[in-house]
Amino acid sequence: MISKDYIITSAEGVHARPATALVKLTKNYKSVISIKKGEKIVKLNSLLNILSLAAKGGETIFIIAEGEDETAAMEAIDQFFNEHLKDL
Amino acid sequence: MTISGIGVSPGIAIGKAHVIKKQAVVLTSILLLNDEEITIAIEKFDNAVAVSVTEVETMMSSHNASQGSEGLEILEAHIELLSDPQIREDVMEKIKTERKNVNDAVIEVIQAAVEIFKSMDNDYMSARAADIEDIGNRLVKNLASDIEASHEYGAGTIIIAEDLAPSDTISMDITKIAGFATQIGGKTSHAAIIAKSRGIPAVVGCGVDLKSVQDGDSLILDGQSGCIIINPGKELIENFETKRESWVKELNLLKSLKDTSANTADGTEIHLLANIADSAEMENALEFGAQGSGLFRTEFLFLGRNDFPSEEEQFEFYKAVALKAKGKPVTVRTLDIGGDKQLPYFNFPEEQNPFLGYRAIRLCLDRKDIFITQLKAILRASAFGKLKIMFPMIATMNEIQAAKAVLKEAMQMLKDQGVSFDNDIKIGIMIEIPSAAVIADLLAKEVDFFSIGTNDLTQYTLAVDRMNEKIKDLYDPFDPGVLRLITNVIEQGHKNQIEVGMCGELAGDPRATLLLLGMGLKEFSMSALSIPVIKNKIIKTNLADAQKTHQEVMQMDNSKDITNYLQEKTQ
Repeated sequence: MISKDYIITSAEGVHARPATALVKLTKNYKSVISIKKGEKIVKLNSLLNILSLAAKGGETIFIIAEGEDETAAMEAIDQFFNEHLKDL
Repeated sequence: MTISGIGVSPGIAIGKAHVIKKQAVVLTSILLLNDEEITIAIEKFDNAVAVSVTEVETMMSSHNASQGSEGLEILEAHIELLSDPQIREDVMEKIKTERKNVNDAVIEVIQAAVEIFKSMDNDYMSARAADIEDIGNRLVKNLASDIEASHEYGAGTIIIAEDLAPSDTISMDITKIAGFATQIGGKTSHAAIIAKSRGIPAVVGCGVDLKSVQDGDSLILDGQSGCIIINPGKELIENFETKRESWVKELNLLKSLKDTSANTADGTEIHLLANIADSAEMENALEFGAQGSGLFRTEFLFLGRNDFPSEEEQFEFYKAVALKAKGKPVTVRTLDIGGDKQLPYFNFPEEQNPFLGYRAIRLCLDRKDIFITQLKAILRASAFGKLKIMFPMIATMNEIQAAKAVLKEAMQMLKDQGVSFDNDIKIGIMIEIPSAAVIADLLAKEVDFFSIGTNDLTQYTLAVDRMNEKIKDLYDPFDPGVLRLITNVIEQGHKNQIEVGMCGELAGDPRATLLLLGMGLKEFSMSALSIPVIKNKIIKTNLADAQKTHQEVMQMDNSKDITNYLQEKTQ
């Protein structure tokens, strides 16, 4: 299991477009990937769940990946939050 | 209890009501009884998801760049929401442990999610509630259509619905249906047209009163007077049974005119043809004595499916009609979609005035790929019968010239492939836009025939939306303005030695027969059921009388006087 925290760098937060991209990204990996904000933790495979976290810009979220390809999955997540999110 | 509406297709139906609930976004509170029902419910849900995803994907694929990427992103999010594992899990929970039926389960899950989003203190997120609602509606709709498609009607079923869309009528087993009744609609609504062409008694425009009809109610429906009696007594049923018998008798009597030619009393040859939508209707039309089809509406092949039909599929469809016509002429109208006819797999832009917008020939000239596929299929079918090609919604010379150029291209493609077709196929246009009626003299130089579409011509000339219940009284094909346009089209057609026909509702209206004969109309195309009635009028008419009637009518300044006068003349 790997977990990592990220600060949401885009002003609009994790809205529909990045959330859709995240769900799609998750589908490439076998690992179970979850996202946690405050007390709430949901799986990353559900757009509904991600949106319901309502993660805003500046807030901190945790990503937890667990499974055989968790390292690769986390690398992709890393890239997503550090590089792609601001463009989405 | 009695409900009254507009009788649009004569005849009497006595049977049991089947109420079609559209967009059943209502909870039914029905619980599932056993494991088998649970399994079926799960299958239905997964099916509805698959169909919904396909629908959205088709919308995406027909989305063009000029519409911006915003819409595409929304649709992408919709696909993710439709296949969202959380939504599925919640729905499964309701089905399996609470034994809710699939419709209720979906509605409740969606409703709960919508509430969560609406309550967020973030405008963006609360606006997402609309997206969730949207996919929920799509799922519920597709669940419902699944129920309808698989429904088996007992013989003598009377369909009760708010309205019937073309796609609804496609999935029905028409042979079991004794009658239709709808809340909205008028003489030219789809339910009315379908009912008439199939010879099924129908009443439309019944209003909200129709809601009081329950599934399984015993009903009498009179498609002539437009009345519906709910749970009638024994005496009433017997009474109407007698009426029904005499109607069937009259129908048979009129059908006996089948082989009589439709000449006027003084020997002028008139052609009576049928408006059809498929080969079964072509076959049925010949039973009523049709001398071919003056309007073969091809759009029905395009409705009620998930993608455009291929050239091959279209070819088979048109060929079947050509063969069924047994050498009699069939006028094939090219795709007339848009307006009130939408396709689930084609993303029509939102329009303020869809009837004045992107539809029919305008769409075809813009999407040449769709157009040329259809033209090639029609041309190939022309090797199997006497087909003619008709373009709808022509307003200008440019449009007919452009359409002809595409046709020429299609012909060249077939020639190059060595495929045979009728090289001398006749080309014509619908005259249904006032400008086309006014420039009939110019258009006549470009085509082999005109066909006057009175439904749209009336709507466009009088600027009356024929679907709008509030102003439906203003929609009147007997208006002097409309009649002057029709007169001009027939005159100009004859002056230029091209054929002029009529395929709108007016052609099958017995009140108009005398007048139209007087105008010089020689070809009438109508629902098969009307053919014997109109023939019966024609064979009793002298052309000289008809011409006099026409002259009289053209002196009158309002439709009320005109219809009164014609009514008197007709009796």
